Amino acid sequence: MKSRLTFLLGGLALAAMPLALAQPGGLRLPKTLEAGSALSIQSSGRGPAVLYIVGHGQVLKRKVQLGETTLFSPGDLHSAGRYLAVLVGGPSTEKSEFDVTAAHHPGALSFLAKPSRLPVDLHDGISGVVYVFDAFQNLILATTPVSFQLSGAAGAMQTRTVLTHNGVAWTKMNSAAKEGTAQFVARAGDAMNTRVIQQVPGNPCRLRMSARPSGERLTLETEPVCDCRGNSMPDGTIVSFTETYDGSESTVDVPLKGGVARTDMPAYSGARISVATGVFIGNEIRWRKQR
Amino acid sequence: MSNGRLLAIVITVATVALIVVGTLRPIPSAIDMAGSRTNLLRPPSSPQAAVEILAAEIGRRAWERAYSSLVNKSEFTELEFVRDLTGTYPSLRMYATLDSFDVRPLHSSSEEAQVQLKMRWSSVVGVFLDTRNLRVLRTGNCWEVMWPIVKEPRVPPQVIPVTYLRWDVIHRGPEDDWGSQDVEAPHVRIVDMHPVDRSGGVVIMGELLNEDVVPAYVTVKATLLAKNGSAIATEDTFDKIAHILLPKQVTPFLIAFQNVELSQVDNIHMEPTASLVAASADPVIGIEDQHLNPVPGASLSGKLVNHSGQVVNVAHVLGTFYDKNGQLVWVADQYVDRALLPQTPVPFVMSLPADIARSVNAQRAIATTFGSGRFQ
Repeated sequence: MKSRLTFLLGGLALAAMPLALAQPGGLRLPKTLEAGSALSIQSSGRGPAVLYIVGHGQVLKRKVQLGETTLFSPGDLHSAGRYLAVLVGGPSTEKSEFDVTAAHHPGALSFLAKPSRLPVDLHDGISGVVYVFDAFQNLILATTPVSFQLSGAAGAMQTRTVLTHNGVAWTKMNSAAKEGTAQFVARAGDAMNTRVIQQVPGNPCRLRMSARPSGERLTLETEPVCDCRGNSMPDGTIVSFTETYDGSESTVDVPLKGGVARTDMPAYSGARISVATGVFIGNEIRWRKQR
Repeated sequence: MSNGRLLAIVITVATVALIVVGTLRPIPSAIDMAGSRTNLLRPPSSPQAAVEILAAEIGRRAWERAYSSLVNKSEFTELEFVRDLTGTYPSLRMYATLDSFDVRPLHSSSEEAQVQLKMRWSSVVGVFLDTRNLRVLRTGNCWEVMWPIVKEPRVPPQVIPVTYLRWDVIHRGPEDDWGSQDVEAPHVRIVDMHPVDRSGGVVIMGELLNEDVVPAYVTVKATLLAKNGSAIATEDTFDKIAHILLPKQVTPFLIAFQNVELSQVDNIHMEPTASLVAASADPVIGIEDQHLNPVPGASLSGKLVNHSGQVVNVAHVLGTFYDKNGQLVWVADQYVDRALLPQTPVPFVMSLPADIARSVNAQRAIATTFGSGRFQ
């Protein structure tokens, strides 16, 4: 009985010997580091081991010698998030956690500018939202100044600087009084993104037509159709001519071409002719045949 | 076993009975399909029978036999006769089939008769009616039809210069970043909406405005909501709308719900949608000489005039009708079965319900078009 107990204790002591030789004495690594920066991990002990770095969407594996420093090059760890370092050497395992944060230097912007087309002279009509990312597409959660700039051929330049909140910055801008294309630029550090905003005429404000005889018919033509700010309505805008005579009606929807709408209608003496575009009504003519 | 035998006997007797009934009293469409309407049921030696034979041959597209049976065939060619019935240019009429016809004698003497032929042509957008008043002359023991040829106008060969206005669109690509800008969808607005109880259902009529500077492909969906907020039914406009709306253009729309009463409806959720599409501002269609014809047979009639230089294969007229207070009371539509040639008026008639027609004080008509080989 006694000899059996001695044999058992001796066996346990022999089994524990390689563990004592290869056991790592602990992983020494920073608690946080910036994405893309170099990383060195110091281990203790002796013998070969394998080091795993496990994070969101990224796993690194290195064969290491315990007691030496393991180096990771800049860019090896590029995704922000919580990482787990696992050192496996023989039967033992050592674990340690650390965080990789986004780099402080903005590398890219996601810029949402809405709408891409809007009428002129609209207060707070344009909204811009920016998400600030580092060079590795990590959202920078640290407060970062973002500058918004709206400029175009028409209207004064508008500039606003906004601090990000949880990686997002937003602002609103007014559309210019004159139609035209505007550049909407968002800038954070060296990162920049541009959107094009098309500022188009508003609702028609003045619509006048004239009539002249053309054989058996009347030629109707509008003056250039403009909005209240004097911007010409774009070609293709539909203008409706309506002629009423003796209980009968004729209508035609004509697109603006070269800024004016032109059409022919039957020439009835005493006919009443009106013009409209959208819900805006222009002038009315009562046609009398010239004698 | 006895039940099975009884069933077999019943089926056999029913089959024989149906065959006998179908042979003795066939339905008109079956007769037309068989092509034996006149041969079986009518003697060919009457004005009515002569017209029925002609109509049956037209229905079978037996143009040569139909043409050869006419008394005045020397006045026009067979091709002109065919073009009178089917049109020269591709149109709804060209692809329609004769669904049925009615023959009604108007006047008759021993040598001559007047017979009205109503042909109902079936097309992809419904049935359209073609009515001809025919003179039928007696020649010996037979009667022959004098066809009132309507020669389709021909546009003389010419070059018509057109300032072509057109919008094309480039959308963002699938490889672009999620934050990348895309072209803005057109902004449209419902400017008028009016629900009514009608024919055992609910009809929603309204008008939609494209308030943007780009063309839009539009449709309107409506959901009827009950008092507890649940959806009763959802429908959309289908073809009761002008789907392509140019900038500042207004279209009427009509959405019909069957088997729903307006009293059941607490709220209506309207959902107009607009997509940016490539479109052309041509052709321009004038709608001239619009007349509101009173009851009975209330209708809006007029003429479509194609102001552009291209042939329009299919035209669709949408009418919006208002009462004396300017309130929208009805939306109607009508397809035109003939192609629109440049500067050539084509008549149309749009039916109106009699009760609605009495309250109509004004109307507004628009035309949408389709031409082969182009977008609109």
